[in-house]
Amino acid sequence: MNQLHSFQAVPSTRNAFDAYSTLPEPPRPQSTHAPRAHTQQPIVTGTSVLGIKYEGGVMLAADNLASYGSLARFKDIQRLHPLGDNTCLAVAGDMSDFQYMTKLLDATLRADRSVSLTDTHPPFSPQNIYTYLSNLYYARRSKVNPLWNAILVGGWDKEKKESFLAYVDLLGTTYSAPTLATGIGAHIAQPLLREAYEAKAGVDGKGPLLTGQEAEELLDTCMKVLFYRDARSLNKYQIATISNDGVKISDSKSSETEWGFAEGLRGYGPQTQ
Amino acid sequence: MALFAPPPMYADPTMAADKQHAFNPYSENGGSILAIAGADFTVIAGDTRQSEGYSIQTRYARKVWQLTDRCVIATNGFAADGNNFVKRIKQRLEWYEHAHQKQMSIKAIARLTQTMLYGNRFFPYFAYVILGGIDEDGTGAVYSFDPIGSYEREACRAAGAAQSLIQPFLDNQIYFRNQTPAPGAEPFVPGRLPLSTVLGLVIDSFTSATEREIAVGDGLELYVVMKKGRTTDDLVGSDNLIKNMQVQELGALGEGGSERTFLVSLPLKRD
Repeated sequence: MNQLHSFQAVPSTRNAFDAYSTLPEPPRPQSTHAPRAHTQQPIVTGTSVLGIKYEGGVMLAADNLASYGSLARFKDIQRLHPLGDNTCLAVAGDMSDFQYMTKLLDATLRADRSVSLTDTHPPFSPQNIYTYLSNLYYARRSKVNPLWNAILVGGWDKEKKESFLAYVDLLGTTYSAPTLATGIGAHIAQPLLREAYEAKAGVDGKGPLLTGQEAEELLDTCMKVLFYRDARSLNKYQIATISNDGVKISDSKSSETEWGFAEGLRGYGPQTQ
Repeated sequence: MALFAPPPMYADPTMAADKQHAFNPYSENGGSILAIAGADFTVIAGDTRQSEGYSIQTRYARKVWQLTDRCVIATNGFAADGNNFVKRIKQRLEWYEHAHQKQMSIKAIARLTQTMLYGNRFFPYFAYVILGGIDEDGTGAVYSFDPIGSYEREACRAAGAAQSLIQPFLDNQIYFRNQTPAPGAEPFVPGRLPLSTVLGLVIDSFTSATEREIAVGDGLELYVVMKKGRTTDDLVGSDNLIKNMQVQELGALGEGGSERTFLVSLPLKRD
């Protein structure tokens, strides 16, 4: 009985090939009876993304790296995705789930666009898109088959004439704040973002917001700090600016970095002891 | 057919080593909620911090929502489950209103909450729920629930990260535990304290919890539901409002209900 239905052992070559378990891909059960496998872990991943509200809208930042475990696998990936005229996503986590999700949303927006050709109705607001995403991600986590991402939605609401910035992740957790960061960025960049934001707007956020230039310089600083400390980051990133004028995604850019100090560090330069 | 079903995956020893990392569909987002019933009012409060571990996700996320003219709900635990549970409750209340041309009573909302929570018995909403409001007799009512639907009507309840700090204080101040009436004085009766006293207890509970519990802070949202015809002078007209405290009346949701709901907001420490 047991022999009839037993699983085949995972080929031993695999373990020899990946002795230190550096590849994120899980071994798959070989049996034809195996249940349908859900995403149990991310494979090709993007690291943290940042977002901040400024006086004329919202800015988002994401680097151009898609990692495969600790391997810097794809170094020219755009992780900022515009949706319609006044919304943009910045996506961290699994890149294939990211592509699936954007395909789904693009199709939805395209269908809506074709309807609005024959009928006058307003386009999706950033809040509409965010609600859709939140429901999608919560529904998938509730099927225990999550889309493995953390997403920032940045937008400009043309009706209310106000900016929009919110977060949703693989658990369906949602929240909004004037500055946001995912993953390791929540530990390293978010304190810098909050400090700069509150220095001008005050703790109640009622003062003047950062100008576009100040916000972009702040994001540049944060991306540099992240590049210094996040081992899964790349010194090549883009910034999306969402304002009344629409979504503008910058060309890729790099920060000036200084590594002279590292020569004296144990473990970096030649070992002296 | 089941007789010939394959052995479960965990029975395969080659898979066991790779089981270290399984998807966990739950999280815990900190914060605390609290409700106290009076003779002709109820106070339902929650802080506005949402956190995960040591990180503050946002300093303003709602935990308390107005459901009807005489019922307010507060949730605590996993924020995504709490939000979606409230969404579902509101949908059921809307259907009820369309079917019966009236708002659901708090007693019925409490039973509905139980069935909806227990309906998810084998994949629970990780949400501690408290309902507060005015019952059909015009008396203040508090109902508290566990995540799978056990519930009870009480005079007061605290839940969440600071439950262990606040509930013993409430047991002493609301239920008069470990207090003895003065010789010849009236016996203590829970649920009879004046609004000003209750407001003081709620605000002190949250400022104290903010001092000692890292998951509590940033802001306090406090809903007061008042019986129809009751004076509002002890809330709106009071001169001894705390600094930065704001009071606003929330408009009626239904028609005919003369109960009134007020939202009191004040900042808490952010560190």
